Amino acid sequence: MSSVIVSLNNTGKQYQHTRVLHNIDLQLQAGEVLGLFGHNGAGKTTLMKIILGVIKASEGQAKVFGVDPLSKQAWQGRRQIGYLPENVSFYDQLTGKQVLTYFARLKAVEVASVGELLDKVGLRQAMDRPVKTYSKGMRQRLGLAQAFLGDPKLLLLDEPTVGLDPTATQEFYQSVDQLKGDGASIILCSHVLPGVEQHIDRAMILSGGRSLAMGTLAQLRRDANLPVSIRTQGLNGALQANANLSQLLVAQGHLQVSEQDKLAVVKQLLDYPELRDLQLEPADLGRLYQHYLGTAAGNTAKSAGGLNGGHNDGQSANIQSQAEVKPQ
Amino acid sequence: MSPVLAVAIKEFQDGLRNRWLVSITAIFAILSIGLSYYGSAASGELGLVSLSSTIASLSSLAVFLIPLIALLLSYDSFVGEQESGTLLLLLTYPLSHTQLLLGKFLGQGAIITLATILGFGCSALLLTGQAELGRLLPAFGLFILTATLLGLCFTSIAYVISLSVNEKSKAAGIALVVWFFFVLVFDLALLAALVGIKEGLDQQSLVQVMMFNPADLFRLINLAALDTKDVNGVLAVAINSSWSAASLLLIMFAWVLAPLAIASLIFKRKTL
Repeated sequence: MSSVIVSLNNTGKQYQHTRVLHNIDLQLQAGEVLGLFGHNGAGKTTLMKIILGVIKASEGQAKVFGVDPLSKQAWQGRRQIGYLPENVSFYDQLTGKQVLTYFARLKAVEVASVGELLDKVGLRQAMDRPVKTYSKGMRQRLGLAQAFLGDPKLLLLDEPTVGLDPTATQEFYQSVDQLKGDGASIILCSHVLPGVEQHIDRAMILSGGRSLAMGTLAQLRRDANLPVSIRTQGLNGALQANANLSQLLVAQGHLQVSEQDKLAVVKQLLDYPELRDLQLEPADLGRLYQHYLGTAAGNTAKSAGGLNGGHNDGQSANIQSQAEVKPQ
Repeated sequence: MSPVLAVAIKEFQDGLRNRWLVSITAIFAILSIGLSYYGSAASGELGLVSLSSTIASLSSLAVFLIPLIALLLSYDSFVGEQESGTLLLLLTYPLSHTQLLLGKFLGQGAIITLATILGFGCSALLLTGQAELGRLLPAFGLFILTATLLGLCFTSIAYVISLSVNEKSKAAGIALVVWFFFVLVFDLALLAALVGIKEGLDQQSLVQVMMFNPADLFRLINLAALDTKDVNGVLAVAINSSWSAASLLLIMFAWVLAPLAIASLIFKRKTL
C-alpha cells in the first residue's frame, strides 16, 4: 500500500510578525516513519500542529488522509491520529486509568482497550494511583498509551523518549516498529538522536523554520559526504609506515575515510595479518545533523562532534548495523 | 458516548473529587439554615423568622457568595488545561471547541445547580413547619432557580476570563476584579448616580441599568416577589417597576448564554 497519508505542499506559517515555518514540502506514505529533527524553536511543533489541524497554515497546502485537517471532513480522520505533546502533564488528581478512560471516551474507543494499553506501556501496577504520584517516565508512558488509543494510522510523537529509562525506550521503539508494521505512519520529533536511527525511514532536519535536509539516512549521508571512521587495533606502527593510509590517520589507529574509499581501505587493512579488531563507524545522525546545521550557518562543520556527545555514547555501530539503515 | 457528555462527566467527577460539591452545599446549607433560624437574633428573639425576611437576607448574602464560588470553581477551567498542555491535546481529538466548552459548562453547571438545590433546599425543609407550603414553595423555588441562574452566569463569565488570558494567576486576578465590580462597585456607582444627579435617573431607567448586572437582577427578582417592607436601599425603588418576573428571568437567562457565546467565539480564535 503506498497511499499518501500526510502531504504538505509549500506549507508556511506566520504569526503576527515572525515567520516560524518556510515552504515545507513533505509526503508521508502509509507505514513510513519520519524523524523530524531540530533545535527548540526550529518549527517542529508548529509543523505538527498544522498536520493535527490545530492551527491553519498561512500559505501552501496541508492534507492529511487526503483532506484539509481543519475541514469538517477531517473530523472522522482525527480518530485515527495519535498525538503525544511535549511536556504534557495530565490531570494530576485522576488515576492513570481514569485519565486514559477519559481520552478513550473522547476518541470513541472501546473503554475495554484501556487496560490492554496500560499493560503495554507497563503501567498496570500503577493504574489506580493518582497521576501526581507518577514519575516523569511513568507520565511519559501514560502519554504514549494515550497516543496509541484506537490503533492510530498516523502518530505524531513530540519528544517521545524524554524521561524514559533505557528499557522503556527500547520498548517504546518496539511499539513504534510494531505500529509501523501494522501500516501506521509515524512522525517522530526529537532532539535526542542516539538510538532513533534504526527506527526511522527518513529524516527531516529543521532549523529556523526551514527544511535543511530531507531523505533517507543513506541519502543524507551521501549528500553530506562525511567521512567514515575506522578504528583498528594491533596495527601500531604499520599504518604510519603506509604512505596511503597515514594520510587518513587522525589518531592512533583511527582513520577517517570518505565513503568511496571505504571498501578499498578496509581491504587494505585486512591484508595486515597483525590486525586484531576493526570497527567501522559511518557518520551517525548526530554528525549529519551537525553537518547540515553547520552548512546552513555558512560554516562547514565537517569535524563537528555528535549532538550532546551523541555519537560517543556507545554508538560504535559496526558493519552490521550500517546494513540496517538501507534506503527503503 | 457523545464527547460533550464525556467532558461533562469528567468535570462533574472532578467537582466531586475536589469536594467542591460538598463544600458549596455545606456553605449554602449553613448559611440558609442559620439565617432562617437565627436571623431574628438581632431583634432579641430566637426562632424561625418570617419567610420574606429570610429570603431577603438570603438573597443579600447569596449575591456575594454565589458569584465568588462560581468564579472560583471555573476560572482555571481552560487556562489551567492550557498550562498543563492538555488543552492542545484535547483539540487534536475529534472534539470541537464548542463541544468542549459545552461539556465543561454542563459538568460544572451541574455542580453549582446541585449544590444550590441541596444547600438552600435544607432551609426550605426547615421552614415547612412554620410557613404554609403554598407560600414557601414559590418563594424558595424562585430563589433556588435564580440562585442557580446566577451561578451559571458567573460560570460562563469565568470561561470568558479563562479563555482570554494565558496565565492562571492572571485569570484569578481578573476573576476577583470582575466579582468586585458586579457585586460592589456597580451598586455603589448606581447609588451615587441616584443621589448625585437629581434628574438623572428615574425609576424606569434605574431598572434598565440594573439589567446590566446579573447580581442586581437576582436581587430584583427575589425581592420583588416579597413584601416590600423587608426591603430597603436602592432596590426598594427599583422593585415597584413594571417589569414582570418572567421577563426578568428571561434576561437572567440571557446573562447565562451571552457570556457562553462570547467564550465560544474567543475559544475559536485562540491560538495555542
